[in-house]
Amino acid sequence: MSSEPSNTALTLLKKTPSGINGLDQITAGGLPWGRPTLVCGTAGSGKTLFAMEFLVHGARDFNEPGIFVAFEEKSEELTVNVASLGFDLEKLQAQKLIKLDHIRIERSEIEETGEYNLDGLFIRLGYAIDSIGAKRVVLDTIESLFSGLTNEAILRAELRRLFEWLKEKKVTTIITGEKGEGTLTRQGLEEYVSDCVILLDHRVENKISTRLLRIIKYRGSVHGTNEYPFLIDEDGISVLPVTSLLLNHEASTERIPSGIPALDKMLGGSGFFKFSSILVSGTAGTGKTSIAGSFIDQSCKDGRKSIYFAFEESPQQIIRNMRSINVDLQKHIDSGLLTFSASRPTQSGLEMHLLGITRLVDKFKPEVIVLDPISNLITVGSASEVKSLLTRLIDYLQGANVTVMFTALAYNENKTEQTDEGISSLVDAWLLVRDIESNGERNRGLYVMKSRGMRHSNQVREFVISDEGLRLVDVFLGPEGVLTGSARETQQLVERTSVVLRDHAVSRKDREIERKRLVLESKIATLREEFESLQEELNKSYVEDELKKSVLDENRIQLTRKRDGSE
Amino acid sequence: MNENAQWEENWDDAQADSTHYVLRLFITGASANSRRAVINLKDICEKYIKDNYSLEIVDVHQQKSIAAKEQLVALPLLIKISPSPERRLIGDLSDTARVLKGLGISEK
Repeated sequence: MSSEPSNTALTLLKKTPSGINGLDQITAGGLPWGRPTLVCGTAGSGKTLFAMEFLVHGARDFNEPGIFVAFEEKSEELTVNVASLGFDLEKLQAQKLIKLDHIRIERSEIEETGEYNLDGLFIRLGYAIDSIGAKRVVLDTIESLFSGLTNEAILRAELRRLFEWLKEKKVTTIITGEKGEGTLTRQGLEEYVSDCVILLDHRVENKISTRLLRIIKYRGSVHGTNEYPFLIDEDGISVLPVTSLLLNHEASTERIPSGIPALDKMLGGSGFFKFSSILVSGTAGTGKTSIAGSFIDQSCKDGRKSIYFAFEESPQQIIRNMRSINVDLQKHIDSGLLTFSASRPTQSGLEMHLLGITRLVDKFKPEVIVLDPISNLITVGSASEVKSLLTRLIDYLQGANVTVMFTALAYNENKTEQTDEGISSLVDAWLLVRDIESNGERNRGLYVMKSRGMRHSNQVREFVISDEGLRLVDVFLGPEGVLTGSARETQQLVERTSVVLRDHAVSRKDREIERKRLVLESKIATLREEFESLQEELNKSYVEDELKKSVLDENRIQLTRKRDGSE
Repeated sequence: MNENAQWEENWDDAQADSTHYVLRLFITGASANSRRAVINLKDICEKYIKDNYSLEIVDVHQQKSIAAKEQLVALPLLIKISPSPERRLIGDLSDTARVLKGLGISEK
């Protein structure tokens, strides 16, 4: 009907990638292009670094030169400060990709004598932008103006004008602001910058600090609303999305053997699913590490690259201990298939651990990894933090097509149904190893608590660690249920004895039957003999009778012939 | 330039006579603040330090690179270069008492 052209191509908000690890993921593309973004946070929360990284990535990776206007630090100080993160500002400045400008306002040197405006700043900025064709601008921290100049009414009006002017200039701007009491910034900059507001936070819990980033506002765009932990290390800022927005990992039907043939059999015959996550939990000393070691050994034998993350023992300890059960991990290290990464959980915060893991996984590209044990991580974070960390880790690993095995210590026998980290619902397969205490000894029992998407055994299997490796003993049912350990052995002995005895009894009976048969057979023979002689006797008299009869008949004929007188 | 030469001369004079005022005023074109600042400054100078000062007026719009060099933010800006210490006065110089204080001139 209508002849109007349908306007199907909606103009979406144009975004510019920040280049900061993970941030573009949660902002679905980056910061709003050509608009100001406010980055606020407490002192030392990483605002300057955030802004600098935005500029450096722009200059280095996206061909967008940038201006850094520093109100607090001098250019030289700034250059030195960010050099520790691998940003060579000197070089970028020489290439005219970045320009630093330090604005210094010393209140004691200044006398205010009437009406003024910030034209000086505008001209300066405009000149800098035009001189290198800047596309990105950072104002760090513009609120310093308020301490240098006293006329707030003028300043506020001028800031409003500045942000409008920056929009007209079509530069993407980051404005940093110190967090104030009850407001996002001390001077309420959020009033002027309304397109995108990012809050950086820095919390210390249990003496371990966590940095958190939250997008408070992003006009015209979807964005993750959670608090995202982030890290500052030698590679700059990395934001770690708590969970990816989607659950769309590819599911593999391929299997990966566990290294314990009997366990594979319990898992529908061929082991775990590839790219799945496996939890091995159990009380202390139940052989969790041995299961993990066997698994990684098998993977290496099958030519899969693997990483062993150890949080409790040193690699040497693990290698030595595994050797005692006939698993040689050293040869896999030598062949380059296996890498160890050992760290104390308390060495760094959880985020650092997660980052360390993801970094190594990215670098080494393994197919299988083991985390042994995850329980110790709880010493550096609360249970919910550990859970969120593991959620993200599992998420990440599934995305990276890695099969992962966690081991977890169950502190309390009663709590075996629930791991302390509460991740049992996240994993695809859960093996539980537990002590079975009876008759004054402890034995290990293993069972498959769950294994998604496959038929699996419901039996508790006794699990034996021997010099030859790990072995699952066949289920042994005694008169009083499943038997384990020496009770099982005893019962086995008892049964073996009874078998021998029964065998013996059976053979004796057999012989007697044989004898009876022989006796019977000889009796039968005698009877047959008797019968034959009787038969013969009877036959004899019969023949005699026949003979007698024929002789009599002959005689009668002769007599008759004689009477007739024919002779 | 001629102006520059005069500047040098003034500088020498300043060395000779410590009460000689060397002033530099940064303005932005013909904005209202700038015009007022020029008028106000000239009035004050004529009234208090007549014949004892040299004044240079710089239009920042004409020399944009100077803004960063001279740490310009708020304009108009009057810098008292001599006698030392150097002082910076911002605004349209309408508050005469403050201007005099900034320049270190006692009201007569």
